This record gives sequence, structure tokens and C-alpha cells, in this order.
Amino acid sequence: MKHLWLTAKLDIVESLRARWFMIYTLVFGGIVALLFAFGLTESRVLGFIGLSRLLVTYIQLSMAILPIFVLITTVRSVAGDREAGVFEYLLSLPVSLGAWFWGKIVGRYLVVFLPVFAAMAAAAGWAMVKDVEVPWSMFLYYTGLLASISWCFLGIGMLISTMARSIDVAQGAAFLVWLTMLLFLDLILLGIMIQGHVAPEVAVALALANPLQVFRTAALMLFDPQLVVIGPAAYVIFDYFGGPLFKVYALVYPVVLGTIAAGGGYLLFRRGDLP
Amino acid sequence: MIQFNHVSKTFKRNRVLDDIDLKIGLGERIALVGSNGAGKTTLIRCLLGEYVYDGEVAVNGLTPRRERTEVLARIGFVPQLPPPLKMPVGQLVGFAASLCNSEVKRMEDIAQRLGLDLGKIARLPFVKLSGGMKQKLLIAIAMGRDTNVLVMDEPAANLDPDARHIFFELLAERLANTTMLISSHRLDEVAPLVNRVLEMDRGKVVLDDRVADDASLSGKLACRLTLRRPEEAIAKALAGWSFRDTGNGTEWEGLIAGPDRLRFLGMLSRYVGLLARMSMEEIERGGGQ
Repeated sequence: MKHLWLTAKLDIVESLRARWFMIYTLVFGGIVALLFAFGLTESRVLGFIGLSRLLVTYIQLSMAILPIFVLITTVRSVAGDREAGVFEYLLSLPVSLGAWFWGKIVGRYLVVFLPVFAAMAAAAGWAMVKDVEVPWSMFLYYTGLLASISWCFLGIGMLISTMARSIDVAQGAAFLVWLTMLLFLDLILLGIMIQGHVAPEVAVALALANPLQVFRTAALMLFDPQLVVIGPAAYVIFDYFGGPLFKVYALVYPVVLGTIAAGGGYLLFRRGDLP
Repeated sequence: MIQFNHVSKTFKRNRVLDDIDLKIGLGERIALVGSNGAGKTTLIRCLLGEYVYDGEVAVNGLTPRRERTEVLARIGFVPQLPPPLKMPVGQLVGFAASLCNSEVKRMEDIAQRLGLDLGKIARLPFVKLSGGMKQKLLIAIAMGRDTNVLVMDEPAANLDPDARHIFFELLAERLANTTMLISSHRLDEVAPLVNRVLEMDRGKVVLDDRVADDASLSGKLACRLTLRRPEEAIAKALAGWSFRDTGNGTEWEGLIAGPDRLRFLGMLSRYVGLLARMSMEEIERGGGQ
């Protein structure tokens, strides 16, 4: 356990000094700052006002940015470290492969999740200072969603990093995974499939398997409880799950998927060449 | 102590190690030489448990891949190319000391002997250090702990002559209970350090030879040179070896570490036309024969 925390700490320090982390933090901090600057808390859309409005917008933007950011930065730094000889040296020290791999994931997780959470928490803090009501239940659920989706894409990123032997291949594969999930969002391919009379069960199964769609649906559910915007698929979701159960599913499924991907990555890492 | 039994390694149909059989005993100092692509780095990575391979590798009966923490706790490794780590030097040393159950102080002391003050550079990112400083730090990490095996890839390539001499002294202090595997492209770089030479070519050991072991690792030679005329190029080269000009650029004297004599003569050979006279005299025998 000591080695795992040492590795996690090491990864955190390396990340804090990396340029990607600076950009990453600036992007999410910048989004919140811009939303405040444009007076979003004072606007009213779909009956939402105040911080709820800001959080809804923030979560939608996070859905677009967070997964690709986590994927690309994870595969770039992990595959990049391997290519540059960092693995050759650090893995010549007496650290177990389990402590190394999972320590890296823990460190990386804190680094990708905390800035996103900190931006949202800063928004809540600022709202309290300005005497704007903070919707705490929404805040907590969104925190859970962000934590869950970060873990999911981190796990997938680690799996890709383990499988790809070069930074270019890893980056290409990460982009492809993200693009595939994006294409299977209800807005794009899923809409076309439904239009083409594909069985709703197939469409819904795809939607439920796609962590991006699950995240999106759960996020939408908070301000559109009947899921009017995603069309007929919503009926199937409500028939199978019901609203509250789907919210739980949206938190648990990405974590399970991320853990399976990371576990697969670890098995491959342990069996293959390390540097 | 170290055994390679029919070890082969293939990358996408390219056989990089081909049925290697080797036994290396405690206290042996081995030069692993060969051209690029000969298989030296792959052999080292198999020994460090970083590659999977066909055959068996054992260090004191343990498998580096399966029992990696036990095996690697006894192996100090200095890579040829320093890793581009962004972490501060202090943290790298702390991390390594903690993993190796050693003390930061031991690593600091070795670094100090090599002329590197870790206190002054503790907050600097490792990647920002000069090539020589990185090399000294990696040597300090590898030697500032309890090891039976030292695996070093061109370890002295970036060191200045003074640091090289200290490095040879550090090696001499460990001769009795340490096996050393020193990899290099050129035999003349490492020949004075070793008592056995393994030459690799296309994945095979093509030469396995014992060598005369008379050079003292920590000894020194007093050298005097007389040049036909002053010349800026050789003056600069000799200053790099900490030689003193004792006669208007034509008379020079200085000390050379015993194992560095071949390297020094290699440097002098570039200016052989300028040499009128030279002498080398062993003044400190030191240990490590």
C-alpha cells in the first residue's frame, strides 16, 4: 500500500508540473468564470435560474470536454512516459506492478477530477457569497456524475495506453473511442437509427451501454424529468428503470465500466513488456 | 548468482535475443559490448524483469519478473538515457529511497562525493539538470542503497574526469560483494573497469572472455606532457582533464584516474603530432585489483 501511495504522489507531482494540467485547469475554471461573467445565474431558461442554470450548462459543457480531455491526456502522458524511457527507469526500482499501475490511476484520478470539482465548488462558494441559493442536491449529484465519468474515461485511457505501444497509436485510438461514443449519442446516430426503424430495444441498449449517453441522460433528467428532449427512447428508460433507478445506474455503470477497462489494462500490463 | 538459461526475445518476428546462456558470479565485473541493435539493452531489460521472454532468468534463484520487488531491491540500475522526469530532484531521491528501503542521506552522500550538492538542486525539476548532473544523481540513487548487482548503461559517459575518478573509487569500494554489468558501445570506455567481456552481436553472445585485471579502480597516474608548440585545441582538451599548464602552453601536468588511462590516451591520439614527450607514472595504487 505504501508503494501505491508513493506512486500516486509521484504521478500527481508529475502532472501538476505538466502543461496539459495547466490547460485542463484553466479550461474548467475558465468555463465557470465565463458563465458567471455572462450573467448566466441571472438568466432564466426552461424555468431554471440562479446556480441551477449555471450547473446545468456546466455539466453539459463538461460532457463535451471532460471525456476527450481525460482520454487524450492519460494516453499521451502514459504512452509518452513509456516512449521516453520513464518506465524503463522507474520500473527498475523495486515497486510491484500492481502498486505502480493502480498508484498511477489513483494519482491521475485525483488530478483529473479535482479541477473539475473545484471549478464547480468555486461556483457554489461564489453563489453563497453573493447570496444566491445553492441547489445542494443537484450539486451533489453532479459531483457524483463527474466523479463517475472521470473514472470511466480514465480506466478506458489506461487500457488504451497499455495496449498501444506508441503515443501516436494511443492518441489515435483514444480519439476513435471518443468519436464512436459521440456518434452513438441520441442526437446523432441513435436518432438516425430510430428514424430507420431499428428496434427501440437495440437503440436503448446502445444508449445504456454508452457512458457518454448515460451521463447525458442523467444530467438532462435533473432539469427535464420526463426526458422530452431525447424522444421516444425516454419511455423505454422509464419503463425499465424509472427515474431514481436510472440516476443510480448513471453513477454506478461508468464506474463499473472504468474499473473493468482499468482491470483489463492491468492484466495486459502485467503480462506484457513494460517499457 | 545471475543465470540466463536459453533466453530468447522476439519483437514481431525479429529475434533480438537468441538462446542466451550465461552464468555470472558474485564479484564479476562484466563489460557488455556490441553495436547498436546487438541486444545489450534487451538483455538488461530481461534481467530487470521489464520484458517477458522465452527461457529463464534468475538472480540468486529468484525470477525478476515474478519476484520483482525482492530481485530489484538488490539491483542498482543506471540507464544510458536519463528519463525526462519533471519531478523535483528531492522528490525523486525520496521516492527511490523509500522504495528501496534506503535513506536519502546515503544517496546524498554519494552525490556529494561525485560533486553534486543535492541540497542546492532539491527543488529543481530533474529534467532541467545538465547531462552530467543527471548521471551523477542516477549513480547516487543506484549506489546509495544495499545492492549486490549494479547494472549500468554507459555510466560514466557524461562525467567529468574528477567525477569519473570518484565513480571508479565508488566501484572499487564494492568490488568484493557486488556483481557489475556495464554496457557500452565501445570496449575502450569500460575495459579498465572489468574482468570479463561479453560481446553481443545480433542477439547472441559472440565473445565471452576473461581479461587481465591489473588496473586499479581507485589508483591514479601522474602524467607530464611536453608539446612542440602551444596549441589552443589541446590546451582546452587538457584543461577538461584538469591539467595545469606549467610552461607557456608547452608543459602540462595532471593526474589521471587509473581506469581512465585508455580514454586519456585516446584523447591524446588526436594531437599526436604535437607531442614531444610524455610520461605516466602510477602514484596511487588504490584497491580494486
